[in-house]
Amino acid sequence: MTPPDASPGHAESPITIEEVRHVAELARLAMSGEELEACRGELASILGHIATINGVNVEGIAPMAHAIDMSNRLSEDVPGESLSIEDVLSNAPAVEDRYIAVPKVLDPGDGA
Amino acid sequence: MSDHGTIADLAARIRTRETTAVAALEACLDSIDRHDGAIASFQCTSADVARARAEAIDRRIDSGEDVGPLAGVPIAIKDNIVTRGEPTTCGSRILEHFQSPYDATVIQRLNDAGAVPFGKTRCDEFAMGSGTEYCAFGPVHNPWDTSRVPGGSSGGSAAAVAAGFCPAALGSDTGGSIRQPASLCGVVGIKPTYGRVSRYGLVSFGPSLDQIGPFARTVEDATLVLQAIAGEDVHDSTTIDTPAEDYLKDLHVPIEGLRIGLPREYIDTGNDDAVNDMVNAAVETYRGLGAEIVDVQLPLTDVGIATYYVIGPAEASSNLARFDGIRYGRRVPPGPGEELFDLYAKSRGEGFGPEVRRRIMLGTYVLSAGYYDAYYKRALQVRRLIRQEFENVFQQCDVLLGPTTPAPAFPIGSISDPLTMYLCDRYTVNANIAGICGISLPAGFADANGCTLPLGLQLQAPALGEGTLLRAARMFEAATNHHARTPELDPAATGS
Repeated sequence: MTPPDASPGHAESPITIEEVRHVAELARLAMSGEELEACRGELASILGHIATINGVNVEGIAPMAHAIDMSNRLSEDVPGESLSIEDVLSNAPAVEDRYIAVPKVLDPGDGA
Repeated sequence: MSDHGTIADLAARIRTRETTAVAALEACLDSIDRHDGAIASFQCTSADVARARAEAIDRRIDSGEDVGPLAGVPIAIKDNIVTRGEPTTCGSRILEHFQSPYDATVIQRLNDAGAVPFGKTRCDEFAMGSGTEYCAFGPVHNPWDTSRVPGGSSGGSAAAVAAGFCPAALGSDTGGSIRQPASLCGVVGIKPTYGRVSRYGLVSFGPSLDQIGPFARTVEDATLVLQAIAGEDVHDSTTIDTPAEDYLKDLHVPIEGLRIGLPREYIDTGNDDAVNDMVNAAVETYRGLGAEIVDVQLPLTDVGIATYYVIGPAEASSNLARFDGIRYGRRVPPGPGEELFDLYAKSRGEGFGPEVRRRIMLGTYVLSAGYYDAYYKRALQVRRLIRQEFENVFQQCDVLLGPTTPAPAFPIGSISDPLTMYLCDRYTVNANIAGICGISLPAGFADANGCTLPLGLQLQAPALGEGTLLRAARMFEAATNHHARTPELDPAATGS
């Protein structure tokens, strides 16, 4: 096993509860105080293991997001069959007419 | 348990009207009815839709039509692959009532080949897990010992084939989710080269890693299913645009002179003794077949899990943002004084289970400002090195050999630490990171407290090396008899 290298990255520093709360907010995940605390311990342990990648010399290596070399493939701009509105709306939790219903996002005072 | 025979044999008997597609389907449904109570491999079966499909195939055969190589063969589908008008839950409460308005490309291709997709198998929630314990609707049990896991995340598909409920099933493999359960259930499982099989209609987890592949009892059966689903798809721009080769053509050609690489990192002191013994025996089998065994090194094997648990969760956290309680899935409406943010956060917080939340948190963290370079960018650099390491090793050998997993199936509930669970996949993740193909096939058994548990041999080949991979697997199978042994289902424990 490659020994972790403490210099780059933050993996060795324990993740704080404030950081966990911030990440949960970014991820749009409602979690209780207990759940956040449990998550903090688990993340610290996993990040500790992830730190083993700091032992790999990556100098001059280009990042590779995709295993197979490929570029964008474009298709002809020709209308074809698509799903019906009824099909698309069939899984929506709330529907009004031909639209997906969502809670009001504008204050009545903001609008027209 | 029903005895379907091989897929080629079953399809031939259906084609010649010795039996019918309907009879083959009924045998599966009956066997599930009698035995799946103790195994819980199926989330649901769509008996009526499947019967109509099977009847149509029988009618077409009656009228002299060639319905395809999988004529009337019933195939189970992992519950993260969408099937029109049927539930696709992904093992998650957030999609408990979701019904897809379209079929995945692989479903269309199975239908085109004459197969009968007939039910959805349980999986870890959004395919995240190594034991199918993280399914929101209950765990799947290993047919060899129902107190143990079948592996994961495609545990339902592996268990269904091992139990003899159906001759084949589809799964998906992001870091080992086909090969690892195939190993733990004693069946064949193929992870094709990245881009060989369309992902259109596979609920995305890690789109640069995910591949759909088959489970079956034998290499030839799995190959027949792979052949039907492989190939370019206009709906998935990451599919490879060269046609899939004919995998069956050279499947039975002897492998004399084939160079089989044995990475020293794969025979590890961390493996169960029975696993190392199985690998050594496989090496001898291959020597007996005239293969040349080459000692090779893959030192980056050790950083595979660390690399994977940056890339996989990063992609998952981005992908699963679509489950926001707006367009589909579970919605928890905001309470008085709450805002849209609360709708998102509560729908997701209550809809996702603990492992999915953990990976979204991890992925969000490694992509967040200040950490991106240290984690995500660095993992992508290591990813390139892992691919280069495979490319170099494949200059010295044609196929790599090793164990699929470090140990046989573990008892349900015995692993509570997430990191320990992740390390179950140490031999499988790098194939996904590098995009190469791999297979797990039955290669021996271990005794654990009086139970007989199957062990899987993993072979890996370069990208688009399926032909050589499958031939090497088939020749091993022909020289051994591990695949012929099946679990005895306990009649006392069967439900319904």
